[in-house]
Amino acid sequence: MSAPVISVSGLGKRYFLSHQRRADTLRDSLARRFRRLLGQAAPGGGDTEEFWALRDVSFDVHQGDVVGIIGRNGAGKSTLLKILSRITEPTTGTVRLRGRIASLLEVGTGFHPELSGRENIYLNGAILGMSRAEIARKFDEIVAFAEVERFLDTQVKHYSSGMYVRLAFAVAAHLEPEILIVDEVLAVGDAAFQKKCLGKMQAVSRTEGRTVLFVSHNLPSIRELCRSAVLLAGGRVQAAGPCPRVLEIYQHGLAHSVATSVPPPPAELLDRAYATGLLVENLAGHACSDFPVGTPWRARVRFHVSRAQRRFGVALGLRSADGTAVQTVWHPPADLAPGDYEVIFTQDRVVLEAGTYTVIIGLSEDDRNLQQFDAARIDCSGENAVGYYPGTAGLGLVLNSMATSLQRL
Amino acid sequence: MEKPAPPELVLAAGRASRHYWADLWRYRELLGFLAWRDIKVRYKQTVLGVLWALIQPAITLAVFTFIFGKLAGMPAGNVPYPLLVLCGLLPWQLFSAAFTNASGSLVANTHLISKVYFPRLIVPLSSIAVALIDFLVVFILLGGMCAWWQFVPDWRVLFLPLFILLTLVIALGTGLWLTALTVQYRDFRFVVPFLLQVGLFLSPVGFSSTNLPSWRALYSFNPMVGAIDGFRWCLLRGEPALDPVNLGVSLAMAGLLLLSGLWYFRRTERTFADII
Repeated sequence: MSAPVISVSGLGKRYFLSHQRRADTLRDSLARRFRRLLGQAAPGGGDTEEFWALRDVSFDVHQGDVVGIIGRNGAGKSTLLKILSRITEPTTGTVRLRGRIASLLEVGTGFHPELSGRENIYLNGAILGMSRAEIARKFDEIVAFAEVERFLDTQVKHYSSGMYVRLAFAVAAHLEPEILIVDEVLAVGDAAFQKKCLGKMQAVSRTEGRTVLFVSHNLPSIRELCRSAVLLAGGRVQAAGPCPRVLEIYQHGLAHSVATSVPPPPAELLDRAYATGLLVENLAGHACSDFPVGTPWRARVRFHVSRAQRRFGVALGLRSADGTAVQTVWHPPADLAPGDYEVIFTQDRVVLEAGTYTVIIGLSEDDRNLQQFDAARIDCSGENAVGYYPGTAGLGLVLNSMATSLQRL
Repeated sequence: MEKPAPPELVLAAGRASRHYWADLWRYRELLGFLAWRDIKVRYKQTVLGVLWALIQPAITLAVFTFIFGKLAGMPAGNVPYPLLVLCGLLPWQLFSAAFTNASGSLVANTHLISKVYFPRLIVPLSSIAVALIDFLVVFILLGGMCAWWQFVPDWRVLFLPLFILLTLVIALGTGLWLTALTVQYRDFRFVVPFLLQVGLFLSPVGFSSTNLPSWRALYSFNPMVGAIDGFRWCLLRGEPALDPVNLGVSLAMAGLLLLSGLWYFRRTERTFADII
């Protein structure tokens, strides 16, 4: 195999966190220097704290690879991209890059609201590293992709946010670097446009042989787009390799690390009613948060009522990893006397597609919200699915919720 | 496609400077685009538009002529007093606009600096272009006044570009210091208008520097003295005469400012994205 296009070895990035004050001011700096002159240590040695956003990160990427970079918030993904895009320097280690690199850390970097769409295409193109001739050559293609022909000479500040995003992505999509770095930009725009963007990224990598690094929280699009993946956790590489295996490890980690959590009741609810606990379990009664697609499960929500409640309601919601509200279920409102209660929600009628979901619990009295919080994360996995499960990309979130019949005519 | 064997780029601590000047050249189109953006946006949604570039110097000119020419009765040699003032005002306005723009440029472009790589020097450089446009507009005022007094500059006007360059070098040198310092210490945002105010009093804008003959060499440590004297020498037919020692002091100061400004900017540049 040829030499890797990106070769990262022993990469580390250290930041100094300064507590309590964010922006450094001249006065602090002078005061510190003055104290040092007098031979005194800075007050409260723990004033600044070392923090390694990345530590010992090494991996290689080959020509034409599409690599997903995944990890939870704060895992170091953005720092890694910033170093690869040369925005900031590493503290230790080296990166070797072979080829022209372009990075897209944000859609529409440098767009100016007072300029027209046409002018912004040129400006943004130049900022992303295209030459004037290159932009002129691709201009029509960009405009067609963004579907903004009619508004080309309108100031961008009058654009709808959808148009703005389309135009911005269109410019970026027509970059021709050998290495493209993309951060979470597909999380914008409507579904149809997102699909178009994914298609474009696929085309860029498959037919044109470019190398793409892609960061996203949207696991389905990572699964669809990437052949391999790097999983970061706490600034280190936790796993790297073929995409499905790394995703598996990631989702496993998500499901196991996050137990159910019920926040302490806010003071104003102490003498009214508040949630005290949540259990997610399979129908055999074992606590569990990882279910094969199609297996029933249930959630038991416990709460305490301090003062008689009128029309007291408990609701459970499920949200998918990309933020879509998937399901909302509520127990019919009831008048409750003081005491401890439990509501059981059983998922046995709806089959959800494989993925990670957040369980949201809400309490209400007389249609007014009392409490609402993210209470747990559950993971539906495609392995050991109950019944027939095709497991291909692009399935709906809700599976088999309609009756079907087959007959010979 | 275009380049058969892409060069290898190595990123490591302290290596950023390797390709800096080559990159600066490679990104020259971006410099043009950023300048073009600033110029384009400058007078949007204003009624008088570019006239604003004329109004301010015209009023300053009237005030200075009245105070220094009429009230203080300072001598102007063989030239009409307003012309003397305008020839001082031209470089001063250029300097103050370029310096102000450059000083605020990095913080104003935070969104670019934290999201895209390019040699950061492009930001203050491009911000100076807007000042040049306003400067050219004021030249129209000068043309009008020369026609009014039927005053025609001689061959010395050919040297004017050198003194425009000198003014820009001073503005860039000071601007680089201030913009890099402002990234870390926002205090310096308050220093800029103050410096300009003091600088205006310390520069021979409303009067000729020949009014203080014994101090002139010391005075020239303010490099703008050299620039303003140079402008007058070019535009007012060699009056006042240029003193090589004084001019040398001003040139040396300007050079020192630029080199030290570049040094400080380059030294702090690699951390801009982390602290801005």
